[in-house]
Amino acid sequence: MATAAQQAFYKQLGRMYGTYTGTFLAFIILLAILEWMGVPNRVIGYLFVFFTIAVYAIIGVMTRTAEVSEYYVAGRRVPAFYNGMATGADWMSAASFVGMAGTLFLLGYDGLAWVLGWTGGYVLVSVLIGPYLRKFGAYTVPDFVSFRFGGNFARFLAVIVLVACSFTYVTAQIFGTGIIASRFLGIQFEVAVFVGLVGILLCSMLGGMRAVTWTQIAQYIVLIIAYLIPIIWLSARKYGVPIPQLTYGTALAEIAAREQQLVKDGLAVLCTAASCPAGSLKPHITPFLTYTPMNYFGIILCMMVGTASLPHILMRYFTTPTVREARQSVAWSLFFIFLLYFSAPAYAAFSKLEVYTNIIGRPIAEIRPWMFTWGELGLISVCGKPAASLAAVADACKAIAGHPGVVRLQDFVINTDVIVLSTPEIAGLPYVISGLVAAGGLAAALSTADGLLLAIANALSHDIYYKMIQPMKQGNRNITIGIIIAVIVFCLFWFMTGTGPFGIQWRWWGIGAMAAIFAAAYPLMQNANETARRLIIARILLLMVAIAAAATASTRPGDILAMVGWAFSLAMAGNFPALVLGIWWKRTTTAGAIAGIVAGFGLCIFYLVTTRYFPQFGVDYAGMKSMINPVTGANVVDITKGVKPSAVQQVGWFNLSNINCGMLGAPLGFLVMIVVSLMTPAPSKEMQALVDEIRKPRGKTVMEEKTS
Amino acid sequence: MAPADSKANQEAHWAATSRLMWTHLAIWLFFGYIVHMFVNQLNAITIPVLQFPLGFYMAAQGSLIAFVVMLFIFARQQDKIDRDHGYAED
Repeated sequence: MATAAQQAFYKQLGRMYGTYTGTFLAFIILLAILEWMGVPNRVIGYLFVFFTIAVYAIIGVMTRTAEVSEYYVAGRRVPAFYNGMATGADWMSAASFVGMAGTLFLLGYDGLAWVLGWTGGYVLVSVLIGPYLRKFGAYTVPDFVSFRFGGNFARFLAVIVLVACSFTYVTAQIFGTGIIASRFLGIQFEVAVFVGLVGILLCSMLGGMRAVTWTQIAQYIVLIIAYLIPIIWLSARKYGVPIPQLTYGTALAEIAAREQQLVKDGLAVLCTAASCPAGSLKPHITPFLTYTPMNYFGIILCMMVGTASLPHILMRYFTTPTVREARQSVAWSLFFIFLLYFSAPAYAAFSKLEVYTNIIGRPIAEIRPWMFTWGELGLISVCGKPAASLAAVADACKAIAGHPGVVRLQDFVINTDVIVLSTPEIAGLPYVISGLVAAGGLAAALSTADGLLLAIANALSHDIYYKMIQPMKQGNRNITIGIIIAVIVFCLFWFMTGTGPFGIQWRWWGIGAMAAIFAAAYPLMQNANETARRLIIARILLLMVAIAAAATASTRPGDILAMVGWAFSLAMAGNFPALVLGIWWKRTTTAGAIAGIVAGFGLCIFYLVTTRYFPQFGVDYAGMKSMINPVTGANVVDITKGVKPSAVQQVGWFNLSNINCGMLGAPLGFLVMIVVSLMTPAPSKEMQALVDEIRKPRGKTVMEEKTS
Repeated sequence: MAPADSKANQEAHWAATSRLMWTHLAIWLFFGYIVHMFVNQLNAITIPVLQFPLGFYMAAQGSLIAFVVMLFIFARQQDKIDRDHGYAED
């Protein structure tokens, strides 16, 4: 039961975040008044972004810490409810906030695979893994793997899996902050990326997990208010009921009626088994028009199991005071995530209805003006040209032979990001709400980036440095550190292209920044004691990873964004079998676990890389066949004519989408782990007794830190 | 009174925990996958007043609600098992 001190702490937290929420709402109203008084939109946008980032930064600086356990696990005293909010912000990225509704807009029912996949995984977190890792008392996920599977080789593999699935993910988040900041503040994208980076570092540099936790809660509050206000407003206006999650059923029925009408009027081509060309109409509620049933359920499975294997999510449950609270906290997490995810389909439905009634089938002269704002940015095109103005649309459509003078479905192309960002304008809300949505999207991207950066930096500082390099002899240690850093820095930056500010190549900017960090940190390191040195190293690594991620993001890597989905499959293949069997099957041996991780993760990577970059190799040597169109059943490519690499997957095994490579890797991982474990001698009595200890919530954590 | 920490008690605790795990995984399987396999049949049914096709509704909201409720119930059930065997935290 909670002690008196804890009770007082909870009460104080409630007061603090209550005041914070009230102040935030008052701030929105203040900006609304400013707008009404005639302050320009641009200034409102600036005020929103800078006010919110300033608040996160203040929290980050106030919660700075010099204690190891505060830095890595926030002192293990974050209450279940608040940890749930922090996990919600950690979880919901720029892609969830801005992209999810757009995906549902385009894919209809098939898009719901993502909604299901990104929620149901928390059942696995709570039932199979999270609470047991909390009882174990790890600082990082590799900590557990190394302890259970005898040492540093297993630890090293776990770090590789962690970095592989987190680095691409964090790059996409920083990319997201750049996009949002550049769109709403009108600054250049490359500069916006580094502005976002400063926001991220202010939160996480000084206080590690502790600071990230308390800022993530603040960010959750901003993002959920920003997500819900426009859609509630729209629903109240349209249907008189301010609960969009219930009223969009009516919108779905209207969409279905409108779809039939469009086909009847010849304004859209229906996607059928006989032919389903690009731009044809896929009815919103009809399943399996984009994904085959196998790939639909595959996405659900890989996203769910991936959730339960992603280190930046698992480590959030290391921060609760008890195992019991870790379980409650998973439930709260999903509740807070659910609030956003069950609203996303409403956004999609309302937007689709607006597009189908007020754009498609309308004479060009009557197009609603909200579209042109996004057309100017190239995010909406009509008749193959950006819909920047009425004249531009009319000219573009005139150029098409036999165009009827009304917009047809196949004429209309929309970027998925527009759905959430344009809803305030469609609903006719004041600009202040658009500013709010931008602040929400930024909060979503920053909070996820914080969590991911911390996961990577902690694995490098705690697992690689403190557990593997520190115990070495002085001389060997310095050489090892030197070599590792030199190799990493070289690999990261040498391949960067393009020229940055002052006409100096980006690669030199990157290497220079790293060198400057070292020069600044060196004197600090010399005079520090053991604990201080550990934390300085953790911070230096955090800074380095952050700069590397921002540098990668600033080059706008197209593939990196697609790889976010891959991160889930990689985590599933690399982590899930080892974590589950390590807890639930005492007989799992070190050799079994290592073989299983290598086999599962290896197969997943092989499938991803081959299908994406070397399809011809896959056809020639790995027996891959052409992917099949889910509606018409036709082959996507003719493999006899040679296949070139492309962002759209063309070849594979069993018609399996490469985002689902975890479906290959995880079963193989389980199989290898079990077979090899049975072939090797059982783990020692002591190890089995320790596994028993992990299963009982009562008592001390298994891994006790000596230097905290 | 909770029983003492004996080997038998430990095994009973783990058996109860495992049973609960399988139960929740079965419900998870049902709401995550099985119900959506019948989406076409379910879409033929429309929820009165709200006008949602049932198959769409289950994927967009129904299963999500089930997951949230499940997790709160699981936290209570597992805590009860821990208490009954004397392994709960104070």
